[in-house]
Amino acid sequence: MDLLLVTPATITQSTPAKLLLAGAWTTRGLDAIGPQIAALGRAPGSAMVVDSARIEALDTAGAWVLQKLLQRLRGEGEGEAGGGVQLLDLRPEFARLLEVVGQAAVLPAVPAARRSTSKLEDLGRSTVAILEQALALLGFVGEVAVALAGCVAHPARCRWRPLLYNLRSAGFDALPIVGLLSFLLGIVIAYQGAGQLRQYGANIFVADLVGLSMFREFAPLITAIIIAGRSGSAYAAQIGTMSVTEEIDALRTLGIAPLDLLVLPKIFALAVALPLLTVFSDVLGVFGGMLMARAQLGVSFGEFIDRFVKAVSVTSYLVGICKAPVFAMIIAVIGCFQGFRTRGGADSVGRQTTRSVVQSTFLVILADALFSVAFSALDL
Amino acid sequence: MQSATPPAEVVIELRKVSTRFGEHVVHTEVDLQVRRAEVFALIGGSGSGKSTLLREMILLQRPNAGSIRVLGVDLQDIADDQALALRRRWGVMFQHGGLFGSLTVKENVGLPLREHTRLDDSLIDEIADWKLAITGLKPEVGAQYPAELSGGMMKRASLARALALDPELLFLDEPTAGLDPASAGGVDELVRKLRDTFGLTIVMITHDLDLLWQVADRVAVLGAGKVQGIGSMSELSQIDHPAISMFFAGPRGRAAQAQAGQQTAPAAGRKS
Repeated sequence: MDLLLVTPATITQSTPAKLLLAGAWTTRGLDAIGPQIAALGRAPGSAMVVDSARIEALDTAGAWVLQKLLQRLRGEGEGEAGGGVQLLDLRPEFARLLEVVGQAAVLPAVPAARRSTSKLEDLGRSTVAILEQALALLGFVGEVAVALAGCVAHPARCRWRPLLYNLRSAGFDALPIVGLLSFLLGIVIAYQGAGQLRQYGANIFVADLVGLSMFREFAPLITAIIIAGRSGSAYAAQIGTMSVTEEIDALRTLGIAPLDLLVLPKIFALAVALPLLTVFSDVLGVFGGMLMARAQLGVSFGEFIDRFVKAVSVTSYLVGICKAPVFAMIIAVIGCFQGFRTRGGADSVGRQTTRSVVQSTFLVILADALFSVAFSALDL
Repeated sequence: MQSATPPAEVVIELRKVSTRFGEHVVHTEVDLQVRRAEVFALIGGSGSGKSTLLREMILLQRPNAGSIRVLGVDLQDIADDQALALRRRWGVMFQHGGLFGSLTVKENVGLPLREHTRLDDSLIDEIADWKLAITGLKPEVGAQYPAELSGGMMKRASLARALALDPELLFLDEPTAGLDPASAGGVDELVRKLRDTFGLTIVMITHDLDLLWQVADRVAVLGAGKVQGIGSMSELSQIDHPAISMFFAGPRGRAAQAQAGQQTAPAAGRKS
């Protein structure tokens, strides 16, 4: 683009005591000036003449470089007889600019030193940070419990409108994605099992396989993971942005407890929505498995359902459903907690949102593992 | 003092600019001219479309009708490379700073230089330090992050970034809003200094009566989608129009006017 083309700034040392400056001494023309300045030498014992008549343009960056050059030449000439520096033929408007720059030219350089850290120190710091975060989470859970107790004691304090809104956005709106993924999961389980079952001629046991695995494990887990990614992240981002824009502080000063307005409705809504979504996931997952059983194993719908009723007890169904409220608590509490920990600006919101998803997914799977241990100990 | 040369070069020219947001009409056929090296202020009540007009001048928004020429370039059908070239010739200071939270203040100021020039990193750092110094910030502020700054410091840092590429045109959105009187006075002086030393053309949106009386050369009053009046503050004070007189009536308007009247040399303005 010709609009941006400029003559580069140059320095020529025509005689040892004379420098010729030319070109555009601007941000766009100064690319190659550094090495040229570094290469300059000074003739000992003579006055230096800097001819600036051919400078076409000068901006503050150019003036800054020129000022530094003059200072250096003057510094080198100090103590010598006749070691002065003369600047010739600078246009008056450029001279004024140089003067402005000169007023501020002596600045204490602030080294932006970033201390390098050792591996051990990093490890220690991150350990402390994790412990500190765990402690803060514990504190948050306590606060939420107190608010929850207050809400139960005084039901009038409950906020129904945000609760219903959250119920719709986290529950009803998630139906399509939860349904689709569960359906696909059911298909995959039946398909993977089909090959093994056929070998033993145990085709009908596909109903046991799909039913038990979906009801006990996969439906609650896949639903919780989808909701952690979908709603947990939204909670963290919403509360995080609100705390960046001081909306949380505004709520506090207006005498509205942020926990009552922002956290409790989300927890209640998820605690209701997640078990319902899990039931939906159960149905769609088994339906997917049923389709696959007919296609791959020749098990008709009627046979499948007959076997299903015998194989899958109500206990299995309830075992799956009873995990959902726990997962809901984990997702809502972690999402809100990470939102409240947002400090600073936009990138902090992003960081906390990521953390909320990672941590809630991790804790959901951990809780699921603990449930498995507990249920096997109880022989359920 | 600067009206000595009447046929001054026009830097920004708006012709019959109309803007609508759906049903809501913001401007109807606004005409404006900004001359080189003047401090031009846009004022008007809330919702009068000052910010929209400013955003249209800096290519953040398009008007529904009319033409805008900035530095001789028509913004209507501007090509990408032309837009880029133009954007390097102006600086914008946003009302809330618009500083990038993930960069230090010094990196924020150096960003346009790093992005658009091939200067050495060390030189860019020096220039960034100096620009921060021009705007009255201490050197150690450069290492801080925007979230650690006060409102006034944020505005100054934002101004330093706007000045990074030595723009010909500077747009200021509420440069003194939310500042204490001393800092606001500092901004008055800074704006004047920038115009005088670098010959900058400055377009600002402000409600600060002192800034208007002390610094602005010409002021345009927006109201009801139109320019209701344009001229120096003392010229405007003669016009009897409700949209204009609200800036002159009331104790604050009268006090600022009286103070401006007392000062024979505006350059000796308030020095906190």
